[in-house]
Amino acid sequence: MVKIGVLGLQGAVREHLWAIEASGGEGIIVKRPEQLEEVDGLIIPGGESTTIRRLVDKYGFMDELKKFADDGKPMFGTCAGLILLANNLVGYDEPHIGVMDVKVERNSFGRQRESFEADIAISGVADNFSAVFIRAPHIVEAGEDVEVLAKHNDRIVAARDRQFLGCSFHPELTNDHRLMNYFVKMVEESKSKNFA
Amino acid sequence: MKTGTNRVKRGMAEMQKGGVIMDVVNAEQAKIAEEAGAVAVMALERVPSDIRAAGGVARMADPRIVEEVMGAVTIPVMAKARIGHIVEARVLEAMGVDYIDESEVLTPADEEYHLNKRDYTVPFVCGCRDLGEAARRIGEGASMLRTKGEPGTGNIVEAVRHIRKVNAQVRKVVAMDMDELMTEAKLLGAPYELLMEIKQLGRLPVVNFAAGGVATPADAALMMQLGADGVFVGSGIFKSENPAKFAKAIVEATTHYQDYELIANISKGLGIPMKGMEISSLAPEARMQDRGW
Repeated sequence: MVKIGVLGLQGAVREHLWAIEASGGEGIIVKRPEQLEEVDGLIIPGGESTTIRRLVDKYGFMDELKKFADDGKPMFGTCAGLILLANNLVGYDEPHIGVMDVKVERNSFGRQRESFEADIAISGVADNFSAVFIRAPHIVEAGEDVEVLAKHNDRIVAARDRQFLGCSFHPELTNDHRLMNYFVKMVEESKSKNFA
Repeated sequence: MKTGTNRVKRGMAEMQKGGVIMDVVNAEQAKIAEEAGAVAVMALERVPSDIRAAGGVARMADPRIVEEVMGAVTIPVMAKARIGHIVEARVLEAMGVDYIDESEVLTPADEEYHLNKRDYTVPFVCGCRDLGEAARRIGEGASMLRTKGEPGTGNIVEAVRHIRKVNAQVRKVVAMDMDELMTEAKLLGAPYELLMEIKQLGRLPVVNFAAGGVATPADAALMMQLGADGVFVGSGIFKSENPAKFAKAIVEATTHYQDYELIANISKGLGIPMKGMEISSLAPEARMQDRGW
């Protein structure tokens, strides 16, 4: 069984743990950088990206997260997590972790009253996935080697770049675990490759 | 594509979990709060302790203040409307505020009825002192709760009382036999269907923060330890000697609420917290927590 961490500094942490377990993985909350050594993959949950970033810096997570990515370990960012993974942010000089080759715009659908649910198709995952968008970002541009997995109204809302998976919406707020199953498989493949 | 669904409104509060929501009265304070790592700010005309001091009728903030705060930060902005004041709430919704607090800190506009919060696209947070009050607010459509405490006092005792009470009552409902649930609903003044949902989930169906009296990092950590999903800090930050430092320390204590060495370290040399008040020194009409029905 693969062990998947959920970065537990702020946000919807427990929902991801439930989803990991429902998808056949073991989930743990990662609150300290040294815990990254224990896990095969990492989820950066939805929350407030500015808050999570501040706490990432405060507790010396940044270098460790970059190292985790360099080691080829899978990472999955939802909403705020996608913002943290992106290597380019509209309106900002510097990215956060900056490992995924996508350009992301924050709050790009508007404020909370514009937050919405919509059925979307996720390539290779689901034809009809009920996606919850909350003050959501979207991917403005994806790098050449990035696989676009889902669009909503012509905006990219889910993508995969090598071992990095990101989406604008919150799969953890529904009981549909198909996207989490997809990520758990990515972690299982990466783990078996490392042992091979 | 649907806006204003329960999932979207409650989900917004889920994203705030483990965080601190700070009261601010202008753009400058909002920036300090954002920089410190607040997950949202509450735009107000006055913080609760100043509302107490000023007396008179406390109303929704001047929309100019709300607008100024919304323009200053990228984190969500909340604002308070008076209990039952349909128009204040609609005005805040029209301005694009991200969450409305139907709040006992302001002078109630209606002494019998709360807002029908299901009617709005914008989500609401409401105060509660026990499970009956919590369930009635959820029944009216609140998407998030906060225990009331006693705002503007810098005294944590009421906040502790309320979070303990709500959580003890939730545990009781969860453990109860189904046969006993209707009578419990009657006794609590709570919708029966909601108690069934709580029993089934094993918890409240919405996020519950703590509020009303948090003045130090240790207070914030205490509320987390007692089972709050996050913390509202009103007067505690900008009535302290060093707001920026206080704000950061409270955020960290909320994240790492069981790391006592860390809380000791961040609490060193913080300066003077807001001056606290003994609850028994409050006249009955000055108790904000008793507003709400």
